[in-house]
This record gives sequence, C-alpha cells and structure tokens, in this order.
Amino acid sequence: MSILIDQHKKVIVQGITGREGSARAKLMLDYGTNVVGGCTPGRGGQEVHGLPVFNTVKETVEHFGKIDVSVIFVPAPRVKVAAIEAIEAGIPLIALIADRVPLFDVLEICEVADEHGAKFVGPNTVGVMSPDKAVLGMMGGRAETAKEWFHKGSVGIMSRSGGLSASTGYYICQTGLGISTICHVGGDSVIGLTFPEVANMFENDAETELIVMIGEIGGSQEEQVADLVASGKITKPIVAYIGGKAAQSGTRYSHAGAIIEGGKGTWQGKVERLREVGVTIVEQFGDIPEKVKEKLSTDGHR
Amino acid sequence: MAQLHEYKAKQILAEQGIEIPRGEAAFDSQKAKEIAERIGGEVVVKAQIHSTSRAAAGGIKFAKSPDEAEKTTSEMLGKEIANNLCEAVLIDEKAEIEREFYLGFIVDTTLKRPTLLFSDSGGSGIEERADSMKKLVCSIRNEPTIEEIKAICGDERIAEILQKLYRVAKKTDARTAEINPLALLKDGRLVALDCRISVDDYADFRQKDLGIEIARELGHTPTKLEKIAWEIEKDDFRGTFFFVEILEDKSKIENQKSKIGFHGAGGGGSMASLDAAQRNGLSPACYVDTSGNPPASKVYRAARIILSIPNIRGYFLSGSGVASQEQFGLARAVLKAFLEVKPNIPAVLRLGGNGEDIAKELVERYAKFLPAPIEAYRKKDTADFCASRLFELISNAKTQRGKDAKGEIQSETEIKDQKSKVKNHCQFKTKTGTISFDYSQLDSDSAEKIVTSCPQKILKLDENNKPILAIEQAEAERGKCSECLACEFASLDLGLNAVKIDFPIEGLNPKSKI
Repeated sequence: MSILIDQHKKVIVQGITGREGSARAKLMLDYGTNVVGGCTPGRGGQEVHGLPVFNTVKETVEHFGKIDVSVIFVPAPRVKVAAIEAIEAGIPLIALIADRVPLFDVLEICEVADEHGAKFVGPNTVGVMSPDKAVLGMMGGRAETAKEWFHKGSVGIMSRSGGLSASTGYYICQTGLGISTICHVGGDSVIGLTFPEVANMFENDAETELIVMIGEIGGSQEEQVADLVASGKITKPIVAYIGGKAAQSGTRYSHAGAIIEGGKGTWQGKVERLREVGVTIVEQFGDIPEKVKEKLSTDGHR
Repeated sequence: MAQLHEYKAKQILAEQGIEIPRGEAAFDSQKAKEIAERIGGEVVVKAQIHSTSRAAAGGIKFAKSPDEAEKTTSEMLGKEIANNLCEAVLIDEKAEIEREFYLGFIVDTTLKRPTLLFSDSGGSGIEERADSMKKLVCSIRNEPTIEEIKAICGDERIAEILQKLYRVAKKTDARTAEINPLALLKDGRLVALDCRISVDDYADFRQKDLGIEIARELGHTPTKLEKIAWEIEKDDFRGTFFFVEILEDKSKIENQKSKIGFHGAGGGGSMASLDAAQRNGLSPACYVDTSGNPPASKVYRAARIILSIPNIRGYFLSGSGVASQEQFGLARAVLKAFLEVKPNIPAVLRLGGNGEDIAKELVERYAKFLPAPIEAYRKKDTADFCASRLFELISNAKTQRGKDAKGEIQSETEIKDQKSKVKNHCQFKTKTGTISFDYSQLDSDSAEKIVTSCPQKILKLDENNKPILAIEQAEAERGKCSECLACEFASLDLGLNAVKIDFPIEGLNPKSKI
C-alpha cells in the first residue's frame, strides 16, 4: 500500500493548458500517474499531450465518471475558485501547488472542503509521491530521474519543506531503504492535510513501518503529532528533523508558516515536546538516513 | 505580514463606522502644531512605529498646547524609537477613559477558522492576560451575528463593534486586527484608541489601496535593495523570490572578511543551507530564496541584486540538494548575471537535482570568462562541504582582476548602444523583458541551432533562414516565452552574441559591480 496516491487513482489537472500545468501533466504521465485529462475555462475540446481538455471540472467528471484527485496548476489569485469548483464537482482529494494563495482564500477552501468531506494537500506543495507508483504535482521532476532516485519501501515521509521532502527521500533510498509515500504538506500557516492527519494515514498503512517528519519552526503541527504519540494513537517509530534552529523571532524565512510569534512554535519547544514522547530527533539533516536505518533494525521492523 | 500604521488602521475602522478619536497624522512638526490647534485642548502625540513597547520607549507623549505638540513631534520624527525609524506621528485628542477593553480578530491556524477575541481588561500587557480572553470561532464566509458575539462580550454595543472589526478584517485581508484599547469614555462613548492591523502578504495583489510598501516580514525598515526586489516579485506569480538583507552589526569587522551573498533555492533547503553557511564561518549578508520553479528571468534578477550588495566576498547558491527543477535553468540565470557583472569574487553553486550534470558542465564552460573562480557541485555534495569550499576560496582570493572575456554577455547599456547600430535584427517582448536576434552574426546552421534550442518551440526560421517568432508577438509577451535563456546560451555556446536578452531591473544601477 501507500497513502493518498497510487497508479490506479484517476487524476485530472486544472490549468492543464498553462505553462506549469502542461509541463507537469507530462511529467506525471511519464512517471506512471493515471492522468486522464484536464480543464481550462474556454479551452474545452483541445488536447494536451493527447489528453482531452474540458471547460469545467464538472464536464470532466461527467466524461470520466469518478475522478479521485485534481491537481491544480493555476496562479495563486485564481486557486480559490478552482479548488471550490473541484470540491463541488465531488472530487475527494485536491492538490494545490501554487505559492502565495491568500490566507482567507485557504480558509474558505477549508470550510467548503469540510462540508463536502473533501481533503486537500497544500497550498504551496510540491506534491505527493508513492515511489514506483505515481506522483502528484511536481515532486521528483523528470520521470526518469525520479524513478532512479526514489524506490518503494517502508519509510513514510511527511515534510513542511518541498525541497527537503525530495532530498530526504533520495538520501534514504541511497542507503538501500525504500519509501511508501512522500507527502509535502506545504509551508503555509494554514494548510489542508496537516502532519497529524498524514501521520494517522501512515499509521494505518500496512506498508509503512517508520515515519520521517521534516518539521520546522512555527505553528503546532509537530506538537500535535507528539500528542498522538503520547496518547498511543501513533505507535510506529518516528524520526524527526526540525528546521530553523537559528531563526529569529518575528522574521519570516521563506515559508509563511515558519515564523515564531508570541514565543510559540520555537525550535526548542518542539524538540523538547517530541523527545518527551520518545520521538527520535536528528539535529543535522544529513544524519537522517543513518538514524532511520538504525531505528528500523532495533525496533524489529522490516 | 505587512503591518498598517495606526493612523491608517484607524481610518479603516472609521470607514466601517467604529468611532475613533479626533486626530490626524503629521509628517512634520509644523503640521503637528496645526492639527493640535484644530483639535484644541490637550492632545496625545503617538509615534507611528510598529512596536509592542512603544509607550515604554517614549513613543507616546501628551502635549498640553500646540507648541508643545510641535516640540514633541520634532523630537520624535527621524528618530529610532524601539529600533524603528519614526517617520510620522498621529496627533489625537486626549481621551477621558473610564474603562478599557480588548477586541481582536485572529486566524486560528489549528482550527483553520477566523476567531474573534474579547477581554474586559484591555490596555497594555494584554499578552500576559491572553488566557482570560473569550473566543468566538467564526466562519470566513458568514459573518457572526450580534447574538453570537454577545455571548463572549455580553454587551450589545461592543458586539456591534466586534462585528464591524470582523468586517474590517475581511475587507483588508487581515491576519490580525486588534482594537486595544477600546475605551469607554467618561461621557459614555466607546472609542477605539489604538488599532493594529496586519495584512496577509499573499493578498497584496488585491489590497493595493492600503499603500503597503513591501509585503514582507523583514524585521526592519525596508532597504533600497529590498524595495527593488519586491518590485520584481510582487506582480510576477511564477515561482517565488524572497529577499531580505541581514543587517549586520557594523562594528564586527571580522564579519566583513567572510561576508557573502546567500542565494537559496527552495525554502526548507535554503534554511538548512543558511545554517550550513554559518556553521562554516561564512556571514550571509542576505537571505534569498528563489523557489517554486521561477523563470530564469526572476532568478537572474535575484542574482543581480545579490551581486549589488556592497563588499560581499563570495557567492553561495545552495538549495535542498535534490531539486525537482531543472538545475541548468538556475545555472544559466546565475551565469548570465555573473557574465554581465563580472564580479571579482569566488562563487560556489550547489546545483543538486534534475539536470545537475548539464548545469555543472555549463558553469565549468563559462568559468574561464570570469575574473574569479566559480565552482558547481551536485547532490552528492553536502551543503556543509560546499560552504567550507567557498570559505576556502575566499581565504585564497587575491585581488586580481580581469581575464580577457570573450563570449561574454554584454551589459544592458552596451546592448542598448548596439541596438541603435544594428538594423538587421528581430526583436520581441517577453513578459518582463526583450529578446533581440542579430541576424548579421547568423548563418543558416547557427540560426537553426538557436531555433531548436527553444523548449517552448516559439521560434522558427523565416525564408532567409533567420530566426523569427513562430507565434504572435502578443502571445510571447503574455508568457508563451518562458524566459528560460536557452536561446541566449545556444548563441553563446556557438561563440556568438547573436541573441541578446534584456531583463531590466527598475532602480538598480546597470553598472553596479563589486
């Protein structure tokens, strides 16, 4: 198994005729994702990489029957309308790739998604990958390199950093281990799927034996995972790296969510809470693969 | 997030029907005196700075007469108050306060809902009493009713003001909006004495009226380069360019020796690389992040801005190490900037990820045209190794300048000079720049190589075997040309200067060199 995405899920791309949408649809197809079509208002009837293009999500769903996932490649100011369109058309999982989506737009998407029982990854996510199966978004880049870098296996990765998602995956696979799914939850302060939800999915996934969490300063997602561990809801071992040790309070470092406000969300606070519940903390990013290997052998998994 | 000045925030409250004291902003002391005269009686002079310790730092003072208001204003303007430059003051009538309340709008990032806050003990030090606040979790789509709000504040009039505050927040895309205090005056009126509104950076595009200078959390007053960088970023949604200068303690001479331009590519990886730089003795003069697959034009401009920071001794580019983006795009962008500026400083580019071999080879091919060493590394090379390598290069650097530069890219001014001379060329606009082909340098072979280099396939050969646009000019300008620099480097690879791409940077001195 794996979580969120595999080669059987039917995927569409919103904004498929755009610069990113078209390029990434091709890469997803090349990797093995079951991309069946896409939509762009006013471009219905065209084709992109041999895939049919529709005007609306509704038309796309009507044509194909059930759609499992929509990956949205439209500029930030238009993400809200696109996401709500997908949710209202009944698509249960959405990936929002764009960076700089206004906070209130994300809040609105959250409310609509809750009403419809839909989930979304992002915004500001490079996507989700289940190695050797399928990829959503832009993780891994070119298909042939992505196939070379990532292999399936028993490590589940969740990260607030896009680049570090892929790096963690690559360096872990270099040691001979493999990955069930890599999920980049996105770097914004309000996001759809959060660490606790993704951790629960990994907990329930038969293939995943260990969870790697790439967190960073700001917010409370890491602390919430610690709570799940403390209450016994997460039993699989977790290896965590928290970025932003040297960050100053009040200054933002790239990610909107990576900011310490009112003394909350500090590196120290997160690390202490996670250690308290028995999560393995890795201080130097490069040490992750070794720790993962060690944990998998001592914990008797694999 | 960008914080609005108090006077601006209060104007917005007033527009929604929340009562504020009579008052006006002043940018010079004469104006302050006039305002105080108009108000009459005792006034309060409030420095327009963003600080929670404003009163304690002397940023709020009472004045009994217009002359005193003038004097107090002249003492505040142009001064640093709580580490913030005071450029304006607000002159308000003095309020006779009976009681103080706190009213707030925040976004609960865990519940993912807007939330109204109320405390009946407002005023300074509210942060310490945060636990006593009453909360109402709301919807972003439907504003809360007076009845719902009354449940947390118990008073109809205050509930109305809270509802109006919710509207203010919605209207301004506020991540937080606070009235502290809302004062009950001796005459029974409820007046908002102070207000803080922080606007969502990402909503800048639809909040132009707020006059936000730069929608970034910088922790200091924006510098000239930060303003230039923001102009590039604000309306270009293709990827992200984040630029903040790390303003150093000028007394630390030691830092000067290892002061570098830091260029990250990818948020988390950038943060980790910044750590690595510092661990290895380098002192980053800026924190730059170009991520989210930006076009080469944006990365090029980022590099140009970094290279214009005075007195940097090296250039460190490092991202996550295993980037999904094609690294040769990044390499071309940085190389273009280096070939134009020809900085006499060493550079280490960690280009790990897709296309890393091509990227490395490209950097090595053009290194000979640059006065100082420039080295490229791949995903197997850690950020720490690359940072230590740059430190070594800086230590070894001799101030020798000037190899002969053939195949160099000309500076913008040189290009402009030539454009007037060369009639035999074709030119078209891209989203943020101009591409020119000089036909006199091209035969059919080289023309074909340039045409086929374009990944967007927007070029073709005309009947004379010269490159022309295969699409409408307007389409190229709308973004069909992805500004990837492939055609310019195809020409350079042939030893020609037949393709010239100009990506202007407003406000940056075209000749700025290190």
